[in-house]
Amino acid sequence: MTATMEPEVGKARRRKEDARLITGRTRWTDNLTLPGLVHMSILRSPMAHARITSIDVSAARELPGVLAVFTGADLADEQGSLPCAWPITEDMKSPNAPSIAVDQVNFAGEAVAVVVARSAYEAADALEAIDVDYDDLPVVLDMAAAVEDGADLVHSDLGTNKSATWIFDSNEAGTGGDVEAAIGDAEVLIERTFRQQRLIPAFMEPRSVVVDPTGEQYTMWSATQIPHILRLMLAMTLSVPEHKVRVIAPDVGGGFGGKLQVTPEEILTFLVARRLGKPLKYTESRSESMLSGHHGRDQIQKLTLSARRDGTVTGLKVELLADMGAYLRLVTPGVPILGAFMFNAIYKFPAYRFVCTNVFTNKTPTDAYRGAGRPEATFAIERLMDELAVELDMDPMAVREKNWIKHEEFPFTTVCGLTYDSGNYEAATDKAKELFGYDALRAEQAERRERGDSVQLGLGISTFTEMCGLAPSRVLGSLSYGAGGWEHAAIRMLPTGKVEVVTGSSPHGQGHETAWSQIVADQLGVPFEDIEVLHGDTQSSHKGLDTYGSRSLTVGAMAVVAAADKVKAKAARIAAHMLEAGEDDVEFHAGSFRVRGTGTEGSGAKGVSIQDVALAVFAAHDLPDGVEPNLDSEATFDPENFSFPHGTHLCATEVDTETGRVTIRKYVCVDDIGKVVNPLIVEGQVHGGLAQGIAQALFEEAVHDESGTLTTGTLADYLVPSAADLPNFVTDRTETPATSNALGVKGVGEAGTIASTPAVVNAVIDAVRHLGVKDIEMPCTPMRVWQAIHTGRSDAGGLGGEAGGGLGSIDTSGGAQ
Amino acid sequence: MRITVTVDGTKYADDVEPRQLLVHYLRERLGKVGTVVGCDTSNCGACTVHLDGHSVKSCSVLAVQADGSEVTTIEGLARDGQLHPVQQAFHDNHALQCGFCTPGMIMQSIDLLADNPDPDEKAVREGLEGNLCRCTGYQNIVRAVRDAASHMQGGAGPEAEQVTSVKAGGAQ
Repeated sequence: MTATMEPEVGKARRRKEDARLITGRTRWTDNLTLPGLVHMSILRSPMAHARITSIDVSAARELPGVLAVFTGADLADEQGSLPCAWPITEDMKSPNAPSIAVDQVNFAGEAVAVVVARSAYEAADALEAIDVDYDDLPVVLDMAAAVEDGADLVHSDLGTNKSATWIFDSNEAGTGGDVEAAIGDAEVLIERTFRQQRLIPAFMEPRSVVVDPTGEQYTMWSATQIPHILRLMLAMTLSVPEHKVRVIAPDVGGGFGGKLQVTPEEILTFLVARRLGKPLKYTESRSESMLSGHHGRDQIQKLTLSARRDGTVTGLKVELLADMGAYLRLVTPGVPILGAFMFNAIYKFPAYRFVCTNVFTNKTPTDAYRGAGRPEATFAIERLMDELAVELDMDPMAVREKNWIKHEEFPFTTVCGLTYDSGNYEAATDKAKELFGYDALRAEQAERRERGDSVQLGLGISTFTEMCGLAPSRVLGSLSYGAGGWEHAAIRMLPTGKVEVVTGSSPHGQGHETAWSQIVADQLGVPFEDIEVLHGDTQSSHKGLDTYGSRSLTVGAMAVVAAADKVKAKAARIAAHMLEAGEDDVEFHAGSFRVRGTGTEGSGAKGVSIQDVALAVFAAHDLPDGVEPNLDSEATFDPENFSFPHGTHLCATEVDTETGRVTIRKYVCVDDIGKVVNPLIVEGQVHGGLAQGIAQALFEEAVHDESGTLTTGTLADYLVPSAADLPNFVTDRTETPATSNALGVKGVGEAGTIASTPAVVNAVIDAVRHLGVKDIEMPCTPMRVWQAIHTGRSDAGGLGGEAGGGLGSIDTSGGAQ
Repeated sequence: MRITVTVDGTKYADDVEPRQLLVHYLRERLGKVGTVVGCDTSNCGACTVHLDGHSVKSCSVLAVQADGSEVTTIEGLARDGQLHPVQQAFHDNHALQCGFCTPGMIMQSIDLLADNPDPDEKAVREGLEGNLCRCTGYQNIVRAVRDAASHMQGGAGPEAEQVTSVKAGGAQ
């Protein structure tokens, strides 16, 4: 019963989660089995755009072990339309989104039939016995062509491939000036078009779903980031009473936004299990995951930056085309809009305009992927700042410094109307430059250029911020999002003084169980080990908005703190009674209530611990009049603002001008994420984020061929980097506490991904700019880099037709070497 | 086909379809769900186990190929509540986040240390090239493997293998 005296918050606690994960005692959805469980497989369309003229399932139905085969026609009346919760404009065009195609397929990979069999092997076998006839429709793949007049249409009933156009203009909003005027008066104009290639989240655990329809409630286990939203959406989409649905996210193997979805597979498993009255499992193969799980990014960014010759920026105009793919999934239309407020980044732009047109194509739908809108914005502005520096022959850091918000200017309201509560860009930059050896590397770069070294050195900078901790509900409302941004928590005090913490945030690798235990240990003065964190089951944690957008700590943990405050308030009244003192005379410190002024532990002062109170409440023999025997408390926290982590990332690349191969020689980042609960977890988040951002810069791209077939549909073709492809990172922190929450914390989950991509690409281009290279499209594969160097073309790489070009492997066109 | 196989110290005799993959045999027949499937092209390494003391991707081995062999999975590493040094090092160095790649990563790391008891950073990175992780950026995995090496010094690598196999058969 001794209280923990040393604060838990800030300690590098080893994770509670690890014990089961390192021994194989895990509960991935695919590990679950139930009595009478049967298995589903899905036949997917090989065509990107076609009418289904007939489906013959009769042979499949006759195969041994096959219980049932269903087509879209069989399920059409029940399946509803997959939900899109973010209608960004009132006139947004949104097609009906079936989980299984009924008469037309709109992307290769869409479900056209399902088989249920005794075993997964038998279910897979039977797919081959299904015969589908298709009539080709013209395939729409290129965003720019899709918005031209007379273009072929993905959804002919919509009459256009444009879903919506969303505009923010600082002049119209009253938050800044007129960007056209700024452009008209510009001493310097930087105009660039960048492509954000299409990426695949590629979480390691393929998605899996099990539905048990045999109980009073339908129970769904799913590898999802969002059990609470999923439950609500199942109820709303399928007209199932909400109280008859229970959703459980057991151990979930990564998400990165890729499991922030209500998937066709979840709906189909639900419908088919209900139809058959049997427990049913569907687990996707990796290839299906790549094909059907949503993709990320995929934008064409037309950018105009105006500035004065002294380097001061005067305006920024952003015109985006964003590829939705064939349908609008849960938050598809809103992803590019999340970037709208971040193109201005840390810089004091006086005028800003953002126009985004969302476009349908016959490709896998896009949606959230780590950073969701903000990496795209950060890439654009950080690339532009480098281009401005080159244009003005200034050092790229000097251009940034001239324009960024100074530390004494916080809180600072940006040209988008967001108020950045705190930050210190100077401090992070100073530390990063020192760790990096910036000046020495610049000197080495000059020396190697001078002697014409075949391996050239380039330095890349990214001084980023991001908005995370989604999100103030009123802001989401103003952006037409379909829900709020609050989070819920509850704390249960057990009679023996142990504590159960219930959180609505649903972890899938982040380490909530450890971090929440640290926070509650400090709040209640109970040992770290005495705390159990419950999550991810709508029965035990009935209320929540789940995990995405770096929101868990800044929103979810703040709800935990608020619940702890209520527990302490309840306990104080009872403790005062036990101490025979007035409630105002009792103080709480390190887990114990004492009469004020009677000294601390060890001095003989009479006190009662919170555990004593918990037991007294359980017995309830002697409580103050009118006090209910209950310390348990719950709270719902709605943030007043986003959080704005920032940092300075510096990358040194070596580019072999003879092969085009890029090697990261040094990567330094100094992130400011406010107060830190667990430095070990923070460091891990940064490492993983960097890996994904670097992967966008150098390795990964989802490529469709001219018929709309995904040619990067396996991990052999889609180049998730291995340990051998990544460098050792130097990570450090500065600490400017957030002023928008009591813990002083900012988000960290997406920071590394948002910041790193432009740092790497800037470094690659910096290495070869003297050879006439102005841009290289991502991923900067050896082929593209080599081509850029050897042709001096500014548009090296074109629009990216090759698959598997990264990591030095041979591309489908045979390699340019 | 009839196979006899020892998995994590227990002997099993089963009839299996000739086409059944070892990983599916482990998971579905034996309930050894600690070993997982992450891809279908043998790129990710999540399913890595030891077959007669050497790491294999169990999605690329047929169950019938394991006939007469000893298989060690992640579930067979800890003994009497004592974690294998590599498991301990993964915990100590925060070398996992979601943990899905972890069983394969640990099994491959043990194999790597058996071959090279004191690998430098480059050797670790290259030795784990066939195992993908999406969460950690690998830095703490590399650190963990080298940390484990320091706790298993003096030719402890092969011994680590023996810890995992009940009757260290001569099949090495």
